[in-house]
Amino acid sequence: MAQISADNHGLRLAVRYLVLILIALIFVFPLVFMMMSSLKPDQQLLADTSSLRAFLPVGDISLDNYRDAFARAPVAIFVMNSVIVTGTTVLLSLFICSLAAFSFVFLRWRGRALLLGIIVATFIIPFETIAIPLLLMVSQLPWIGLDGIEIGWLNTYRVQIIPWIADGLTVFLFVQFFKDLPGELIEASRVEGASWWQIYLKVVMPLSGPVLATAAILKFLIMYNQYLWPLIVVQQESVRPVMVGLGYFFQLNTAWGEVMAYLTVITLPVLAFYLVLQRAFIASIASTGVKG
Amino acid sequence: MASKLTQSNGAGWAFALPGFGLIAIFIVLPFFFAFALSLTNQRLISPNPTEFVGFENYRDLMGLAVITLEPERDADGNAIRDEDGEIAYPRVRTITRSDDFPEYRGMREWFRWQSGENARVVIAADVVFMKALRNTLLFVLVVAPVQATIALGLALLINQKIRGINIFRTIYFMPVVVSIVVVSLLWRFIYDGSDGLLNNILAGLTFGLFEPRDWLGETSTALGAIMAMSVWQGVGFHMVIWLSGLQTISPTLYEAAEIEGANKRQIFRYVTWPGLRNTAVLVLIVITMQAFALFAQVDVMTQGGPLDSTQSLVFQTVDRGYRKQDISGGSVISVVLFLIVLCISLLQRWLTRDR
Repeated sequence: MAQISADNHGLRLAVRYLVLILIALIFVFPLVFMMMSSLKPDQQLLADTSSLRAFLPVGDISLDNYRDAFARAPVAIFVMNSVIVTGTTVLLSLFICSLAAFSFVFLRWRGRALLLGIIVATFIIPFETIAIPLLLMVSQLPWIGLDGIEIGWLNTYRVQIIPWIADGLTVFLFVQFFKDLPGELIEASRVEGASWWQIYLKVVMPLSGPVLATAAILKFLIMYNQYLWPLIVVQQESVRPVMVGLGYFFQLNTAWGEVMAYLTVITLPVLAFYLVLQRAFIASIASTGVKG
Repeated sequence: MASKLTQSNGAGWAFALPGFGLIAIFIVLPFFFAFALSLTNQRLISPNPTEFVGFENYRDLMGLAVITLEPERDADGNAIRDEDGEIAYPRVRTITRSDDFPEYRGMREWFRWQSGENARVVIAADVVFMKALRNTLLFVLVVAPVQATIALGLALLINQKIRGINIFRTIYFMPVVVSIVVVSLLWRFIYDGSDGLLNNILAGLTFGLFEPRDWLGETSTALGAIMAMSVWQGVGFHMVIWLSGLQTISPTLYEAAEIEGANKRQIFRYVTWPGLRNTAVLVLIVITMQAFALFAQVDVMTQGGPLDSTQSLVFQTVDRGYRKQDISGGSVISVVLFLIVLCISLLQRWLTRDR
């Protein structure tokens, strides 16, 4: 009797794992296909799609596609542009949004509730509905540069960075986190004569590791994977980010091996980053759900 | 409540202003611009001054009418039929170009149906917009429930306490971190009509019985193909939200249910599901908002084709506002999209109100 139920248990467990593995295959097969194809010459790449060879590194394997992709398009420039835009935006966003949230939670000032209310209300404005008026706006905004005042932000880094620094969700994530910090801590520092700036920098920030990680990861994913906005505000290669750079590979006849190589180059760093920090990634998405 | 200790107008404003200022300039201001521009004839670059045109843009976008076409009749009054036996009707343009019906001027046929011997034709001032609206609504109506349900199933599966489960959670979530642009391109390859992986897989599974098809090239399958891919990419995101909801349910409730002798279905029905009510509303709303923003998939995979069968509202906003430099035309659609999203948000408030 005991024997039978043990077998039964083992069988059920095996079925569970089988189901889990089959589903896992559905989620990874396009990515495996991408990486394997990036190693194959075009002809073989296309021929292999008719069999499981599409998912295996077999046949005429080389890094030629990578070499050709880098020769065809300024891949390094695109990657660097994305790193600059993403990195700057994430850092500025963490600083400015946490500072605002600090003020909303710990300081008492006239207009506080109204301003926070406006920020929370912006939640329901999808970016897609303001993209076009924003395009008109940034095309006419002034900027004080080294050569004096110039008009128009198109084709710059700033047009990709500045509008994305502050957003309702990031401010709100910080507000929620700060509310749970012990208020006595801030009162005590205040009594000891610390300035607000010192309290922000020396007391609150060192305690904010988790929320900084959450906000940074969310902003990173949004910025690095950005497509619609750079598509309409950036035409010049010198400031073009990776996702828009893809257009480069579809001008005349498409070399699919090169496309796969490029896709792998721009995706692998994110995947690696995710695999290393997967707990933090998943926690950050979960926190938008619980709080957002 | 506010103690003297923390009353601090100067510092308060100074700390909040950079963040609030940026949000005001780059989110709130363009939001109001969208409304204002939708009432003008603004273009991105134009030699002519901008003019206020009132609700003309909205009329040009939303104009809809149903007209009835009577069959062409021969001398005896019988409807004339063509070689296939189909009743012949006068062309729609005999009405939309006629001086007798100035209200229908410039409208085009959207679709028609048969009503007795007559044909009823729905004509629209902007057929492409109507198709974009229809496709976007259809996309939301299919993707939201399907994705939410699959995500819940995955969350329940991942919530099991067995060895190595975290590996599967990590894998199921993986597509979420990959750009939708990259995903769309990969799936273009999967859906390809001649060398596509999907055709090959289906042919293999049916031992060659399956007729290969051009998934993105046929009007009957293109939107469905984009839906399936979108679910594939986004489902991990919502799985994680469901999962965090599942983990808020107290284990003692499950223990109690087991002691009472409840079976699995009863446990789900009476313990799990009631505990997920708020999560359910949230997941549906988030998916709905994301689905309304449908753009990159269309831009990368189909450009709205074939025959406008995958047009979406955001794709049309960009097509007009950016590619055709018709800022006011793009703004009108933006406003319409916003109003739809607003209604959904209000619905959310109503569903999650305190009772």
